[in-house]
Parts: sequence; structure tokens; C-alpha cells
Amino acid sequence: MAKLTFKTDKCKGCGLCVDVCPKNVLALANDKINKKGHHPVEAVNEADCIGCAFCATMCPDCIIKVER
Amino acid sequence: MKGNEAIAEAAIIAGCRHYFGYPITPQTEIAAYMAKRMPKIGGCFLQAESEIAAINMVYGVAATGKRVMTSSSSPGISLKGEGISYLAGADLPSLIVNVQRGGPGLGGIQPSQSDYFQATKGTAHGDFHMLVLAPASVQEMADLTVKGFELADKYRMTAMVLADGTMGQMMEPVSLDYEVKNTVEKPWATTGTNMEREHNIVNSLFLSPEKLEEENFKRYDRYKLIEENETMYEEYMMEDAEICVSAFGIASRVAKNAINEAREMGIKVGLIRPITLWPFPKAPFKKAGEKVKSIISVELSMGQMIEDIRLASECKVPVTLCNRAGGMIPTPEQVLEAIINANNGGAK
Amino acid sequence: MVVFDKPHALTDVSMHYCPGCTHGIIHRLVAEVIDELGIEGKTIGIAPVGCSVMAYDYFNCDMIEAAHGRAPAVATGVKRALPENVVFTYQGDGDLASIGMAETVHSAARNENITIIFVNNAIYGMTGGQMAPTTLPEQVTQTSPYGRDVNHCGFPIKVCEMLATLDGPEYLERVAVNNVKNVKAAKKAIKKAFQNQVEGKGFSLIEVVSSCPTNWGMTPKKALEWVEEKMIPYYPLGVYKDRSAKEEN
Repeated sequence: MAKLTFKTDKCKGCGLCVDVCPKNVLALANDKINKKGHHPVEAVNEADCIGCAFCATMCPDCIIKVER
Repeated sequence: MKGNEAIAEAAIIAGCRHYFGYPITPQTEIAAYMAKRMPKIGGCFLQAESEIAAINMVYGVAATGKRVMTSSSSPGISLKGEGISYLAGADLPSLIVNVQRGGPGLGGIQPSQSDYFQATKGTAHGDFHMLVLAPASVQEMADLTVKGFELADKYRMTAMVLADGTMGQMMEPVSLDYEVKNTVEKPWATTGTNMEREHNIVNSLFLSPEKLEEENFKRYDRYKLIEENETMYEEYMMEDAEICVSAFGIASRVAKNAINEAREMGIKVGLIRPITLWPFPKAPFKKAGEKVKSIISVELSMGQMIEDIRLASECKVPVTLCNRAGGMIPTPEQVLEAIINANNGGAK
Repeated sequence: MVVFDKPHALTDVSMHYCPGCTHGIIHRLVAEVIDELGIEGKTIGIAPVGCSVMAYDYFNCDMIEAAHGRAPAVATGVKRALPENVVFTYQGDGDLASIGMAETVHSAARNENITIIFVNNAIYGMTGGQMAPTTLPEQVTQTSPYGRDVNHCGFPIKVCEMLATLDGPEYLERVAVNNVKNVKAAKKAIKKAFQNQVEGKGFSLIEVVSSCPTNWGMTPKKALEWVEEKMIPYYPLGVYKDRSAKEEN
């Protein structure tokens, strides 16, 4: 199992990470708003994460840390 | 030695090892001299694709803290205006030589002083000044080049040697014996962090108006120090003068001849020759305004420095213009006539 | 084990780019390469005018802000003064291919030993979406509101193809950052462009086909699809020049 850490306050809610995840681990938190005023990304299904780091590869704001 | 060559050799003596330029008459000897000399002393001469590229190459070297220069003539300086403004905004030292020719537009290739406004006031956008040094001999072409590098480093700004086509082509003996000061620390330079310090940023963008205003105020505090400490001028026979002639560069040499002749005729006339055009030597003109009958500004332009003379002398006496333009030079006879006219009490 | 984290050469400053703008990805790739080559301490970056004007805040190496289009000339000055350092410019399409075209072409012709990261998103982003030298035919922008009419304002400029006609440059490659595979290929190209400089091989330019969701009027996801469907067919990816590889063959 992999571990994901987000710099949630830097997230701009663009969703590129959500789209690219092959395991549907991520979603934008529609019930939360961060300091920048965006719905930030969160792991809704972290147990399925395989640590491929596709999400971090496509994140323009470098907010995702991936550990395995 | 030719004036243009004196500038080039003096720059090398001053420690300048990077020169970028674009061919334009009448200053090409500077580039030619640098092209020959730089490779032999481990320096860099590079002919840029444009004046704009040349000034931005200057900006790049200046950001690393090394002494760097470019030279051009009037139309080329117009093109460099953008880069000069960025140099000012980023507080980078550099030396620029303008060997002036007649304008506007493509103008001509004969000597002129019609870039006075451009050099001292309207170089490019934004609040800033260059140090403007106006040599009147080949010796001064060299001296003021060395001085220009030192002042540029000291005050983190661009120094311009403002010559003209005559000065550039003129040959005179020169002594190039200098003790060059090149010791100013430049902790702001972008030379690589070496992972030992925070990154340096050379920049002129300040989106916060408060911050940008602060930067401008800081820069103008420095300008004030320059006005107090670095203003240079020469006075010639001004002690008892009733008529004051003012001229810089080549015009001052013509004026001196006319003054000598007028003195022989018994006319009490003297000369104030600004050496720094910015900062403008206000004090001697203020003093002159209080004691002479009138001031004559001799210029190779339609009258540009005359405005600063009027301001500095606080309009207390008439200031008249004795000029030629478009690449023509006033003769001593023309200046003498103006002096005689002024002495007879009449503005012509 | 850490699989992925922010590279050291990127600062912690939050980037000002719009949500989903791929400038952030390209910045990160440059920073990763700087980390991997261990050159942060001797690297000097030149920021352009345009959306990435504030790149100087985002890289931990020394940075210089250049006038619009003049970054290659500034880089030339820096590199000539400090030949042992690594000098890169980061420029957009308006900066590099319009107002700064002369500086681009001549630094390439001189084979100036610098690295240029050229971000092509077919629009002027910072000023609100005007037509760029790389705007596609028929593409709608603020200053081509009826679509770019090539009979009126000419055709887009293909920078890699054009520079490849010169004898000067060492390495020219066009990459994209619209999907994971392309991002990885882009990083490889950027790494080679920096490596070339370290090895003294000369001028390397990587054109990165990028997106501008805000000014294209698309979601970030749709913008990346548009890169695949419209941009890449007009701007084919690949190596346009690799002199050293050619000489080895």
C-alpha cells in the first residue's frame, strides 16, 4: 500500500490528478474549501493506491508526495 | 590616439573584459579596437545581432557583477533605451558610450550634441537617471571612461560617456596611467548560489505599487548623494566675468577660442563647462546668474542644455543660444559675435 | 520509500498560475533535472515576460528577470561572463517567437552554450489571451475573435523546424506535457538539454507544447485533450536536431 500526502492549501482543484489516477483513488472534496478558495483534492480510496505517482506527475502545483 | 580608441583602451585598463556592440558610424573604432584586443587578454568581444541584443548582453554580464560596456551612436542609443531602463530598474552597473551624430531619424553621420535630452532626461520609460559624463578632449575620453566604471559600480547604475563624432575621430596624445579602483563588493550578483546562500534575483518587476515606490525612493536617495558628491565642471576665466559662455564637449573648445579672442578685445567673459551633464552642475550657474549680465549657451543642437542653464541660473539673467545643428559645428567667429552682442547688452 | 516529492530546486512559493496550467509541470521538470544533475548551486535562470515572468520566485537557483524577448541575449551575457555556470532561459511563445525572435535565432546560430525551455501554448496568457505567433489557424483569441485568418495575419511559426535549418544549434526537440507518458519524455529531453550544456555541446532548445485552460476557455482536462487533438498534429513531437548523435552515426 502506498501513502499519499497533500499540501492541501496549495491545491487549485484543477482535477488533473483525479483524471489520471488509474485506480480512482482521488476526488475533489466538494464539501471543503482551502485557503485559496478551491475544492482541494483528497484520497477517497487510499487503500487502492499503487504508488504509481501519475497524480504527482500531472500535478502542476507539486502538492502531492507519494511514498511506497 | 583617436578618441574612440582611447575610450576602448581605458575601458580595458579599468577591468572591462566584456564588450557587446553593433556597427554604427561614427563609433565603429571602439568595436574594432575591442575585437582586436579582447581575445588577446582573455576578454569577450561579441558583435550582437542588434543594439537591443547588445544592451541585453550587457544586462546579463552586469548581473554577474563584472564590468561590461557597449557603445553606439545616436540612433543606436534610441534602440538601447529599453535595456537601459531595465538596467536602471534592476540597479545594475554598466558603461555606455554614445558618440553622437545628427538627428532626428537616421539623421547624418556628422557630430552633434542633440542627444542631451535623451541622455539626461528622456532615455526611456520610468523614473531614473544615468550618470552622464561629457569629455572635451581625448584625454578626458579615457579619464571619464575609467571614472564612469568606478561611479557605475559605486552607485549601481549606468554611466554614459556622451561624446560626439568629432571627439571620437580626433587624435591627441593621451596618458593612460591609472590606479583603477575595482573593489566594490557585489553581494547581489547572480553568480550561482553554490548552495551557500539564498538565491539572488536580479529584477525590475514590482507589482506592488508600495514596493515599487519604495524602490524608486531608494534610488533617488542615491541620486541625491551623487548630486552632492560627484558633480563635475570646469570654470575658465569666470572670476571677473560679466558674460558667461556655457558649453560642453567639442563646443567648449570652440567657445574657449572665442573667449580668448574676446578677452584680447577687453571683454570680460568666462566659461562654465559642465563635465557631468547629469548631475547638472547647478551651483556655478546659480552663482553666475547673480553676477553676470547674460549667459550664452553654445550647443551643437537646437538648444537643449540651455533649459538646464535657465533653471540653474533661476532665470535671473537672459540666456541666449549660439548654435549649429544637423552635424554642423559653430565657429569661434560665430561665438565671438554672440559674445560681442551680449556685451553690447543686446540679445541678438 | 519516497516515490515522488517536490524537487529541491523549486522553492516553496505557491505559483501564481491558473488551475490546471501546465507551466507548473514544466517548472517542476526543470527543477527535477537541476536536482538530478546536481547543478543548482551553479545554475542561473533567466525569466521572460509573460505568464512565467515570476519564475524567478519559483526556482531556488540564482535568477534574472529579462525584458520581453531578450532572455537569450541576457543568457548570452551571463554565459560569456561565467562559462562554468549553467544558464537556462524559460520563455513563452510571444516572448521567444514574436518580440524576441531575433535573439532566439541568433543565439541558436551562434550555438550559444545555453539551454532554452520554450513553452508553446499558442496564446498570450498574461495579457488575457491574445493571438500568439503560434496560435493555430482558425483558433479564436481575443485579437482573432473570428478565428486566426491566415490570409490576414499569416501562419503560425514552427520554431523547432525553423531553427533546424540553421547550422548552429546542437539540439532541438519538441515535447508535450498533456499526459504522463509525454511528461516523462519531456523530462528526458529537458535533461538532455541541460546535460548538453554541462558537456559544452552548445545550444539546446526544448519546445514544450502546453495548454492554457483559462484563455482557451476550457477545463484543464479538456485543454489537455485539445493539445492532443489540435496542437500536436500541427506541432509534431520529436527530435528536430541532434548534432552529436548525427556525428556519432
